[in-house]
Amino acid sequence: MSVSRRIFIRDGVATVTLSLAAPSFLTAIANAQGIPSRRLVVVYLGGGNDSLNTLIGYRDAAYYSRRPSIAVPAGQVLQVGTDASGMTMGLHPRLTGLANIYNEGRLALVQRTGYANSSRSHFEGSDIWGTANPQNSTGSGWLGRYLDTLPRPLDALAAWNTTGETPRALLSGISGVPAIPNASTYTFGSPNRGQAALQERVAAQTMAGNPAIGRPHLAYLNDASRGAIETLDRVAQASQYTPTVVYPNNGFAGSLRTIAGAIARGIGSRVYWTTTGGYDTHSEQGGGGGGAYANLMGTLGDGLWSFYVDLRNQGLLADTTIVVFSEFSRRVSENGSGGTDHGAAGVMMVLGGSVRGGLYGTAPQLSPGHPTLENNSGDVHYETDFRSVYARILDNWLGVDSVPILNGDFRAGAPAVF
Amino acid sequence: MARLNPEIDHLLRRAGFGISAAEVSTYQDMSFAQAVAHLVDYEGRPDDVDARIGRQDHAQVNASNDRSGGLFSPDIDIDDARQRWMFRMIHSRRPLQEKMTLFWHNHFATGFSKLANESGMLQGAKLLAHKPGVLRGPQGQIELFRQYALGNFRNLLLEVAKDPAMVIWLDGNTNTRAKPQENFGREIMELFTVGVGYYTEPDVYAAARVFTGWNLQPSVDYTNDDYGSMNAYQEFRWRPDQHETSAKTFSFPIYSDGSRTIQARGESAGYQDGIDLINALAMHPETARRLARKFWGFFISEIQTPDPAFVEGVAQVYLQNRTEIRPVIRYILTSPWFTDPSNRFARFAWPVEYVTRSIKEVGWQNLSLDKVRSPMAAMGQLLYEPPNVAGWHLGVNWFSTGTMLARANFAATVAASQKDFLAASLAPEVNSADGLLATMLDRVTPAPLDQGPQQALMTYLLADGAWRGTESELTTRASGLARLLIGCSEYQLV
Repeated sequence: MSVSRRIFIRDGVATVTLSLAAPSFLTAIANAQGIPSRRLVVVYLGGGNDSLNTLIGYRDAAYYSRRPSIAVPAGQVLQVGTDASGMTMGLHPRLTGLANIYNEGRLALVQRTGYANSSRSHFEGSDIWGTANPQNSTGSGWLGRYLDTLPRPLDALAAWNTTGETPRALLSGISGVPAIPNASTYTFGSPNRGQAALQERVAAQTMAGNPAIGRPHLAYLNDASRGAIETLDRVAQASQYTPTVVYPNNGFAGSLRTIAGAIARGIGSRVYWTTTGGYDTHSEQGGGGGGAYANLMGTLGDGLWSFYVDLRNQGLLADTTIVVFSEFSRRVSENGSGGTDHGAAGVMMVLGGSVRGGLYGTAPQLSPGHPTLENNSGDVHYETDFRSVYARILDNWLGVDSVPILNGDFRAGAPAVF
Repeated sequence: MARLNPEIDHLLRRAGFGISAAEVSTYQDMSFAQAVAHLVDYEGRPDDVDARIGRQDHAQVNASNDRSGGLFSPDIDIDDARQRWMFRMIHSRRPLQEKMTLFWHNHFATGFSKLANESGMLQGAKLLAHKPGVLRGPQGQIELFRQYALGNFRNLLLEVAKDPAMVIWLDGNTNTRAKPQENFGREIMELFTVGVGYYTEPDVYAAARVFTGWNLQPSVDYTNDDYGSMNAYQEFRWRPDQHETSAKTFSFPIYSDGSRTIQARGESAGYQDGIDLINALAMHPETARRLARKFWGFFISEIQTPDPAFVEGVAQVYLQNRTEIRPVIRYILTSPWFTDPSNRFARFAWPVEYVTRSIKEVGWQNLSLDKVRSPMAAMGQLLYEPPNVAGWHLGVNWFSTGTMLARANFAATVAASQKDFLAASLAPEVNSADGLLATMLDRVTPAPLDQGPQQALMTYLLADGAWRGTESELTTRASGLARLLIGCSEYQLV
């Protein structure tokens, strides 16, 4: 058996990666499915992003009166121009990277996205965004249903989830998505080195190949084992990636670096999923200068900018679209503890080398009674159904019919981001 | 060729965490009935497990964080508390007590992060894991679950309602007359007792009002600073002035005469509202059935849906015994469902079950339990950090490619750490690959292996040609074999 191998030792455990015949076979499947072509990177802001402090109507006096301790001063925002309703907008000062992308014309800011009767529950809210079904949020996810449309056999890495648990959006009855938080630890560990370690891997793969007739629960576990072992080598290729930029040292940027590696190494995944948390800013979120929310913006903006430049440097940007969303936005007025409670509609961001950047939709205006608000002017009222953004991505980016996937026609009114 | 009678092996996997070589002698001469009694009537066994922390012939613990000056501090450091609990599960002479503690931890799932956010790291750990003895303050939540492991459910429910960790976790601390807080009122019905479908939204509002004034009192030296005083604490405090005194009507009977209304009471007597609701919920037949279904998954099978006869049988024992859990568990362990051989290996091991069993079966020489935390997190189960109040997603939900790989790689970690120990303890098998495989399968207990996997193991042992019988060959192959067996799919079933 001719193998190339790398062995690492950690805590006395050798981890082995090797290239066998299987990967080229799998790559053939990937190629047959039109990969590598366009890809979608989904970024979930966990906890409910305070969109009013992400994209700021900094000339709206009510913004300052209703958010006295957390408003970002007009002089600090990164100006992005005026929207269709004449509102002059600016990005949070820590989003310098996103402002650069905006100025390159590659960042679309879709204002007031959401749905009627927005859920205030994190669980239900994220399930609704995941299923694309505000009426019943317990079924499969919109991206899982997209994967279901791909030809069979489905490439095991058709999608790549960088988080530990499978998010609702990627759930599907027939298309499993591997959870690969970190490509460099997604390896086969062994107490031995050299030949013995390689032989263990062969044995483990053979054992997992047992069909377990009459024991479907065991077969299920074998599928998971096999799915892991069979994707190890391709994942290892991603882990051996050297980026063209220095990514910030945090988990979110690390996951983007992993994704960039997968893209650069031609892994061929169509959908990548990552997340950055801490957005449930009920207290002491801070304003423009510093504080918890400014740190969140820094993590988001710096990470995305590194990723964007890294892909651009390698000519990989034109085939990459990134979409950023959260399960809800937050209340218009700050609360008694210098934070904001669960709200309704917010900003979605779509960025990438083929995106038509700009301000889409109209901004909320925060003076009480304004029709862009709801719930006694406590919350932002949605203007663009989030499913129409999904529809645009499915129809115009991933090249599939959005109607069956979204169980409805949401193409009308979709922002023309592509 | 299991090490004990297969029925007792099964019992020890389900009502405990498997069995170590050192424990075989305890059980080998027992009948099944004696073994059940040994486990269930655990007050007869010494509760000496914590006193054995630090012994060289046991698994090791290490101070996880520097802030306690390098001292192992399981009462105030959550990572040390995790190690202490793992140590208990591996070494306790009362395994069923620890197993039921784990059951209640999942049933009343309370997460450290929120407690630490609100109270600081030190108090967060203390709220969950404080074992009284040295520090001041009430016992931590996990000690409550140990105390009531096979106790009375109604009493446990009452203690949980007053447990400071729970009061913070479900916002009871802000449940006041002016602003009734629904979080605990909802979950006590949805998750802790009757379940969805047996209460209404107005019941939630009424329950919130019932528990108004069930708040906390911090000690005078209390601060919510991460490194605050270790003797500071918060304790339950009934505040009559914060209790909402009007009548509360439910959709289900509260009293034995069938009446559904808790009548208005004066402030000073208002604490009784909560007692009345807890009594009603604990004795509700749907609570009995819901617990029975959860016990089915925990003790009998996650492959077969609960047998209605089992559910009714367990519910009856529970109600007849006025919510005592010990007779319920005795009934389950001696029932035909439990002993039915087709229910062996019919559950998906929780990460904590998987890790403890593999350590017990392979070995723990010089193995620090500080090292199991991050593998367990990668498998999806960090103790004291359930994903939400509904507990962990059990059964097949534990498994994805990533978590399966995390389990297999933990197997490699354990096998690597026990390399020399395995070679020494398997030295008599040095002369034959067949003997080595047979003895290893006598020691670790995966679900039955089909011909294919068995063949793969033998192929592995003989991958370099004929078995040569050298010491280095034994060292390599014994650890490799342990890794393959602990890391295989069959071993994930329990």
